[in-house]
Amino acid sequence: MTQKLVVIGAGMASGRALEHLFEANADWDVTLFNAEPRGNYNRIMLSPVLSGEKTYQDIVTHDEAWYEANGVDCHFGTRVTEIDRAAKIVRADDGSEVTYDKLLFGTGSNPFIIPMPGHDLEGVIAYRDLEDTERMMNMPAGSKVVVIGGGLLGLEAAAGMAARGVEVTVVHIMGHLMERQLDEPAGYLLRKALMDKGITVKCKANSKEILGEDGKVRALLLDDGTELPCDLLVMAVGIRPNTKLAADCGLAVGRGIHVDDQMVTSDPDVLAVGECVEHNGAIFGLVAPLYDQAKVVAKTLMGEEAAFQPREISTKLKVTGCDLFSAGDFADGADREDIVFRDPARGVYKRLVIQDNKIIGAVMYGDTADGNWFYGMLKDGTDIAEMRETLIFGPAYQGGAASDPMAAVAALPADAEICGCNGVCKGQIVDAINAGAHDLGAIRATTKASASCGTCTGLVEQVLAVTLGDDFVMPSVPSVCGCTDLSHEDVRRLIKSQELKSQQAVWQELGWKTVNGCHVCRPAINYYLLADWPIEYQDDPQSRFVNERNHANIQKDGTYSVVPRMWGGITTPNELRAIADVADKYKVPTVKVTGGQRIDLLGVKKEDLPAVWYDLNQAGMVSGHAYSKGLRTVKTCVGKDHCRFGTQDSTGLGIKLEKLLWGSWTPHKVKLGISGCPRNCAEATCKDVGIVCVDSGYEVSVAGAAGMDVRETELLAKVATEEEAIAVTTAFIQIYRENAKYLDRGYKWVAKVGLDWVKEQVVDDLANRQALVDRFELSQTIYRKDPWADLAQPQKAERFAPVADFTMEAAE
Amino acid sequence: MSWTDIAALDDIPLRGARIVKTHAGCVAVFRTDENEVYAVSDTCPHKGGPLSEGIVHGKKVTCPLHNWVFSLETGEAQGADEGQIATYSVRVENGRVLMDLSQISKVAA
Ligand SMILES: Cc1cc2nc3c(=O)[nH]c(=O)nc-3n(C[C@H](O)[C@H](O)[C@H](O)COP(=O)(O)OP(=O)(O)OC[C@H]3O[C@@H](n4cnc5c(N)ncnc54)[C@H](O)[C@@H]3O)c2cc1C
Ligand code: HEM
Ligand code: SF4
Ligand code: FES
Repeated sequence: MTQKLVVIGAGMASGRALEHLFEANADWDVTLFNAEPRGNYNRIMLSPVLSGEKTYQDIVTHDEAWYEANGVDCHFGTRVTEIDRAAKIVRADDGSEVTYDKLLFGTGSNPFIIPMPGHDLEGVIAYRDLEDTERMMNMPAGSKVVVIGGGLLGLEAAAGMAARGVEVTVVHIMGHLMERQLDEPAGYLLRKALMDKGITVKCKANSKEILGEDGKVRALLLDDGTELPCDLLVMAVGIRPNTKLAADCGLAVGRGIHVDDQMVTSDPDVLAVGECVEHNGAIFGLVAPLYDQAKVVAKTLMGEEAAFQPREISTKLKVTGCDLFSAGDFADGADREDIVFRDPARGVYKRLVIQDNKIIGAVMYGDTADGNWFYGMLKDGTDIAEMRETLIFGPAYQGGAASDPMAAVAALPADAEICGCNGVCKGQIVDAINAGAHDLGAIRATTKASASCGTCTGLVEQVLAVTLGDDFVMPSVPSVCGCTDLSHEDVRRLIKSQELKSQQAVWQELGWKTVNGCHVCRPAINYYLLADWPIEYQDDPQSRFVNERNHANIQKDGTYSVVPRMWGGITTPNELRAIADVADKYKVPTVKVTGGQRIDLLGVKKEDLPAVWYDLNQAGMVSGHAYSKGLRTVKTCVGKDHCRFGTQDSTGLGIKLEKLLWGSWTPHKVKLGISGCPRNCAEATCKDVGIVCVDSGYEVSVAGAAGMDVRETELLAKVATEEEAIAVTTAFIQIYRENAKYLDRGYKWVAKVGLDWVKEQVVDDLANRQALVDRFELSQTIYRKDPWADLAQPQKAERFAPVADFTMEAAE
Repeated sequence: MSWTDIAALDDIPLRGARIVKTHAGCVAVFRTDENEVYAVSDTCPHKGGPLSEGIVHGKKVTCPLHNWVFSLETGEAQGADEGQIATYSVRVENGRVLMDLSQISKVAA
């Protein structure tokens, strides 16, 4: 006898289940309710409809003829409102009542709307159905839309609207896009591709409130106070299984409608399929497992054996030009190993996560052709031990070549600047090579590239090697570390010329061989980025050595030393009292006068640091940066105020310089000395910058040292006024900051580039001197502040204490 | 096993570490770039450097005093250096970090 099946929801899962039933000619009389005023369409293809690549007609899966041919009684635009399971009756909002033998739930899920103020304003929508899609399609070019959520749906919505000329801003709370599917490097590439499409992407952005006007959305307010004006706001922050109807009629419901392996709910005559179900604690959000469920539910209805088994799923993003692939597990867990491949030329990043010689996760961006090959091995648990070395190159290359150390330079466009001094681009060098300049000397003669400071020599040589192939023998310059084949100088030059402004950008565009560097390159890259892009780049404490992260010097017993600044070596009774009080209060074992004319508190416990700083701050003292690759001390003599030989106010100049320069980061430490006459009581001529005052003005000399190497400074300039002395000093420090290799002390760097070149830049070329001073000042708007005051705030101070202490518990 | 809640995952800086004091000395709880959490002895076998203050790269940490590098997974010193630090079981559940303190009581006993 024909049985009656009632289906609630004409979605992707229930639609597929009906296809299986009809294909098998199962004897069912089907009634289909759908709240949307239409039958089954391919929901996932709404994104191509939005972007204009398809029309709604293209994505209809079941048309009227199909329903008619299969005898389906359709109630579209009709919502089921009540189920009487005892009487086996379904009631809908159009008043209809239908009886069933079996009932199938396919109600899908509801988009989650964050209940923040303003979420109910007109113009706040989700992205789920054709109505939402049409709403977005109707936004005129030039209008503004904010999308909350940088996941799959949010990005497809954003890209679709951007393709129509809408100004889209994506607001994402996490540090990188699609964080559930992608790791940071892939997230970086995706973000870059979306920005290229004109989409503004804001990560780590916390939405606070939706602002409206006359009941309609006007802007999104972020918790940092930024207002993002918009005419439409799309919230794509996740979905929740649609379970209300099931719960109302007493079915077992958790996060979704509970089903067993046969897709039967807690009532043997009621089944469920799709995003509305919960199976073994899992809920679903992509179609692949739903199609498996549809197969099982059809078999169950036909009385055949079948069991649903969840499987690994993979994700792709349907945005033209953003090729990404993600599968399995690439985070959380122990005993794992990464294989990373980057090709900066093609914007490719691939990463495999290996555990016990099996692929357990794969993320790739830019070239996803091998995605399914990896995915297959991931699902099958294939042992990859044999092909480990070449695995990442994909099936085509098994047994083939390894990566090319010159890939980063080969990838540079012709207009990439190689020589900063003379403004020479890669294209010009290549032209010169093609015109017969086949060695460094010839390139210098014809293009001037690398003919001035010489920092770009390594890059020029690589261009020669790339262009001439085997005809050019590369001299070997040591690379930064094992993560890259490039030298420090190469990396610095490329950070500037390619405008690389994040660690992710450096790692990807320069082809780093590791996921996130090592203890050698991370501090260097962090320094280069903050020196070159002070405004755009944010200093990363986790890429710093302990002293610079904790803003104190670690001692061999794990305690710290604290040195407050004493400007130009001048102090006051109040400061001295505060230091004495701190020493008493925190039981500081040693108090020492340093060689830099200030006082060192040695032996402070880590957890006491924030309190010590707070107390010193209260007395007006700030960090002396005695721990930093940055400005340390400005040592002065008393000068003409007190000394009978004094020619100028050396103390005053020292204080001015220290107040100007403090807080700045440099490739290595920088110490200054200012003496009031050539008797040189401040020992200025063994400092990085030493100024000796004379009757006619100031002798500014540089590149001294008094460490393992002892060097006398060399004269940079003789100037008449204090202003000029300050400008020359500042410009010298800035040019050192911009060009030196990380951990090259000033004297080493000057020896490499030559004092003459420095003089040209800093002394002779006045416009350049001013530009250097301006750039230094710009950077100081960020860095001329006391790190201690920041770290002494309660929420940051917490980090200096243990997270937990179990020594207080009674020992058993 | 006795899992004890020690902290929220977010209490530990990404690519950083925090300290847990125990009868068996300080334990450093690390959080990698990928949000994996590892617990190992905080004390470097070379000259006692506090490993929690080292730079975290991949699943390794570099001692802040003389740059010995240790695997956070196995506790083994990498490269030419020879040494081993104790590793402890930790796991993350609902954003909380749980640690198996029974291992430590055994060490202390
Ligand atoms: C824009 C977009 C892009 C996507 N892209 C992808 C992708 O690339 N890959 C992928 O795997 N997945 C993608 N998805 C997810 C995928 O579309 C869903 O997983 C899938 O549609 C869920 O199918 P379903 O049958 O469970 O529910 P749905 O397809 O949502 O169908 C449920 C239907 O039930 C109806 N309904 C609910 N309650 C009632 C009621 N009481 N009475 C009557 N009818 C009711 C609803 O109106 C709805 O039409 C995308 C989703 C969207 C919105
Ligand atoms: C880890 C090793 C080192 C530690 C812990 C250390 C510590 C210190 C401290 C705390 C001061 C007082 C500085 C101040 O008042 O700011 C100081 C001064 C000094 N340090 Fe070091 N230092 C170290 C390495 C070096 C090296 C490598 C050199 C040489 C290159 C050096 C040369 C000096 C000099 C010359 C002074 C005196 C500065 C002056 O009189 O102007 N130190 N050191
Ligand atoms: S350097 Fe000259 S001015 Fe300064 S204290 Fe010595 S003698 Fe006096
Ligand atoms: S104490 Fe750790 S490397 Fe020396």
